[in-house]
Amino acid sequence: MRVTVWGTRGSIATPGPQTARYGGNTSCVSVEGEDGTWLVLDAGTGVRTCGAAIPKSVKRVDLFLTHLHMDHIIGLGFFAPLLRPGMDLHIWGPRSAGADLKTRLSRYLSPPLFPVRLSEVPADVSLHEIAAADATIGELHVTSSFVTHPDPALGYRITSRGRTVAYIPDHEPALGVEGFPIGPQWTSGHTVAAGADLLIHDSQYTGAEYDGRVGWGHSSIDQSVAFAQQAGVGELLLFHHDPAHDDAMLDVLANDAAERAGTSLVTAAATEGAVVEL
Amino acid sequence: MAQQEIETILARQLASYLSTPVFLVDPAGNLVFYNEAAEGVLGQRFSETGALGVDEWSRDWRPSDESGKPLVADQLPVVIALRDKHPASSDFWIAGHDGVRRHIDVHAFPLIGIAGGFVGAVALFWEMK
Repeated sequence: MRVTVWGTRGSIATPGPQTARYGGNTSCVSVEGEDGTWLVLDAGTGVRTCGAAIPKSVKRVDLFLTHLHMDHIIGLGFFAPLLRPGMDLHIWGPRSAGADLKTRLSRYLSPPLFPVRLSEVPADVSLHEIAAADATIGELHVTSSFVTHPDPALGYRITSRGRTVAYIPDHEPALGVEGFPIGPQWTSGHTVAAGADLLIHDSQYTGAEYDGRVGWGHSSIDQSVAFAQQAGVGELLLFHHDPAHDDAMLDVLANDAAERAGTSLVTAAATEGAVVEL
Repeated sequence: MAQQEIETILARQLASYLSTPVFLVDPAGNLVFYNEAAEGVLGQRFSETGALGVDEWSRDWRPSDESGKPLVADQLPVVIALRDKHPASSDFWIAGHDGVRRHIDVHAFPLIGIAGGFVGAVALFWEMK
């Protein structure tokens, strides 16, 4: 399968020359199976270019939303498959104890925030509320679990032909855990990430930044590396870059992660447009 | 060992920050955690006790009524919360691992996850003095 990164940034899009290399678009990653299956993970601003890249011959697309914070759905109205008549578009998102997925998405996709209502788009849209998903779409098998983040958020694990990518863009597994990590049994997200060939994981903060933002739902670089090492993943892609971190800062953080990981783990900071073949 | 459900992990994290004694079990009644405040009442550190089956923990702390008559597991609030999936409360006596007999007031609640899944039960309790 082919994993492509379309948006790397967390919180808010940060376009401009100082973020040109790592990218300023918010969270979006696609996964293509060798059989032509297309999955899209999150609909941040990066989903616009992702949608434009999906061939017109593709008749079904599955969009998996980790959660409904704005940086993960704000691009949805500009996702080309949504505007294609006859497109079989499946949108999967976390179940809530309150309103259903349609109601929650429609808060954004309706006036005055957006001119077109979700019920009016040309695509044939099917909504799926999930918790512990276990779905097979073409050759791609998708499972999910809730992870530690304010408001329910999911992590996704996608497997095909014996290879696995795990996607947990917003995650604070170290919250309230003294001596993190304290073992797989008590680590949020472990089931999603365990043994993955590629883990795309929240790495928003430096250690010093994290100390002032405990409970905000994100990880520091060192926590992300420790989480990945415990999970025994092959490669860690640092993701959900802080909007205040420019390219120069991300170079430093990427080096820091590589030093922390040593030889136990391959690490890199996610860049917009990056492609990983698994 | 398999990862606990996220609701169980978050319950443990909350418990670890409380000075209220908290006792956490999985859907089968297996003890998976109690906090530092509970250690003072139960007379042993969790790191020494470790995870215990319901038959073990309901026997080890020798729950009894005021006269010393043993209580069976089915009479304990945690077991009732697990079985009936509604809150249960009662007060009774236990014998701590430190050998001290204590009168405790226990309030147990089932833990129902956001997706409706039953993930266990939590008991908050106090020593009555």
